Amino acid sequence: MPNFIMSYLGSTVTPGEAGNQFWALMYVLIIFAGVSVAVIAMNWIERKALAHFQVRLGPMRVGPHGLLQPFADALKLMLKEDIIPAEADQFVFWVAPLIGLLAAFTVYTVIPFGPSQAVSDMNIGILFMLGVSSLGVLGIVVAGWASNSHYPLIGALRSSAQMVSYEVAMGLAVVSAILMTSLNASGTGTLSMIGIVQAQQQQGVWFIFKFFPLGFIALVIFAIAMIAETNRAPFDMAEAESELTAGYHTEYSGLRWSLFMLAEYAAMIAVSSIAVTLWVGGWMRPFPNLLNAPAWDFVFSLFPGLTFLGLAAIAFVGVARMPAHSFFKIQRIGLAVFAALLGFIALLLLVIAVVGRSADTSVAARFREGIDYVYWFVLKVAVFMYLFIWYRATWPRYRFDQLMRVGWKVLLPISLGVLVVTAIVGVIVS
Amino acid sequence: MNPAMNSALNSGMAPVATPFFFYMLAGLAVVGGLLVITRRNAVHSALALIVTLLAVAGLYLMLYAPFVAGVQIIVYAGGIMVLFLFVIMLVNIERSSKERRFNRMWPVGLGAACALLALFVSAFAKGKALFPEGMMSMPESSNTQQIATMLYGDAGRMGQYTFAFEIASLLLLVAILGAVIMTKKRI
Repeated sequence: MPNFIMSYLGSTVTPGEAGNQFWALMYVLIIFAGVSVAVIAMNWIERKALAHFQVRLGPMRVGPHGLLQPFADALKLMLKEDIIPAEADQFVFWVAPLIGLLAAFTVYTVIPFGPSQAVSDMNIGILFMLGVSSLGVLGIVVAGWASNSHYPLIGALRSSAQMVSYEVAMGLAVVSAILMTSLNASGTGTLSMIGIVQAQQQQGVWFIFKFFPLGFIALVIFAIAMIAETNRAPFDMAEAESELTAGYHTEYSGLRWSLFMLAEYAAMIAVSSIAVTLWVGGWMRPFPNLLNAPAWDFVFSLFPGLTFLGLAAIAFVGVARMPAHSFFKIQRIGLAVFAALLGFIALLLLVIAVVGRSADTSVAARFREGIDYVYWFVLKVAVFMYLFIWYRATWPRYRFDQLMRVGWKVLLPISLGVLVVTAIVGVIVS
Repeated sequence: MNPAMNSALNSGMAPVATPFFFYMLAGLAVVGGLLVITRRNAVHSALALIVTLLAVAGLYLMLYAPFVAGVQIIVYAGGIMVLFLFVIMLVNIERSSKERRFNRMWPVGLGAACALLALFVSAFAKGKALFPEGMMSMPESSNTQQIATMLYGDAGRMGQYTFAFEIASLLLLVAILGAVIMTKKRI
């Protein structure tokens, strides 16, 4: 049994492909924990970043710089009374948040964090992702209907119309990227998420720069459509608080409401991962073909450790800048412990980078590789997640007719045009 | 990966397409289908229909047709059912749920169901003669590419179904235009 468990560590394929159910389960648990932590972190970063955009401080009270605010929020939401309106459709009201959550988390089975760091590599990966993430809207629609109240119903109607409209442009943008994967010797493309990244590696270019500016335009269309798909500002018509109090989740409270939030953030990370996989090279570090000497491998493998070192340094600066008043004593100790923890992780990552620097097949080297892949993937996803906050802070909410006009009359024709031109250029080039 | 490791991995591998999954998915599809026609509430019916469609997508997966399964999810469960719900939510459910169901059309429905059942039974009985023997040899990993070859053909040569496929797309285009013209009086 230990042999069976350990045998996977040196493998170069995903657990799904190897048929290794134990490691598939481990990956699912790791991803679930990782996404939950990412959602918590995103919650804090969003509140802080939004506050700083608006020249406020944001959460400052719970923990140093409000670091414990998400945990306090989670605790509050769990303890809050969970109200089901008397006139609501009990069963559908109960099941609606679960639909959204299931759809948002199922998608993670095919997200490639590395060439073997995915639960499974499906032949239809990108199709599966788009299909399952489009199921998430069912949760919203059904929640709005089951609440048996006007604002949620309007929010749900808006949401379904908006998602169906933007899915079209999104799909066409994705197809233009998939077309690019077929520009190889055999002339066949792939829908597999891992295959798409490997195609970018073979062609030596991220698809964002392929046939410039075609790939870039496709990414921009996708980046706009993905905001509409996840109901985020400036396209958050489904929960426009100035018009619909809270839209589809007006009647929800407590844990059920927090499930909606969890699903929304998980879906945001999922669509960002699609964008990263299709256009920004997935798990690949910058210049994997140009700077391919082992020395460069080593330099780039120091990045994860250095990132955590930087975070630790920022935290230590925070400790030093904390006012000297005795009121801040516990906060200072807490932040110092947090900084030390970050520093310890940094040290661990640097040690792994040094020990596993040889490009052999030892477990340490494979481990180092895995950390690199996951690091670059997560870094790229984090950039997209920051874009979500940036958009929210920058643009006012669209009106619903404007939203529909942008979706059908601007994004759809452009994405169709990009698709056609990409196909023509691809045929000429090959 | 060395061969020894490969065999170690394969020893722990079980076929996914087990009878258990087939009966579970088939049962889900049948139960969902029954709920669709027996629920009084149209939204409940729609939700049951989604369960049926997803179960059928799972059955496609078991038939080594992942592309069809993906399309089933993205088109039916994700697209069409959202529009269904969109329309149903605008209907007054209070009133429609009090209306008498199974009106005079039930003999027609029964006849259609019997005909379908007869078709299924005959297909089950004559299955060997109607369909080619054995499992499909198509490898699962290139299912999408195989479908593409059938629809569009290899380089420079028309595929098996290219013409039919293009006719179908033209038909869909006509349907879209018809829908637009019928709903918009002035374009």
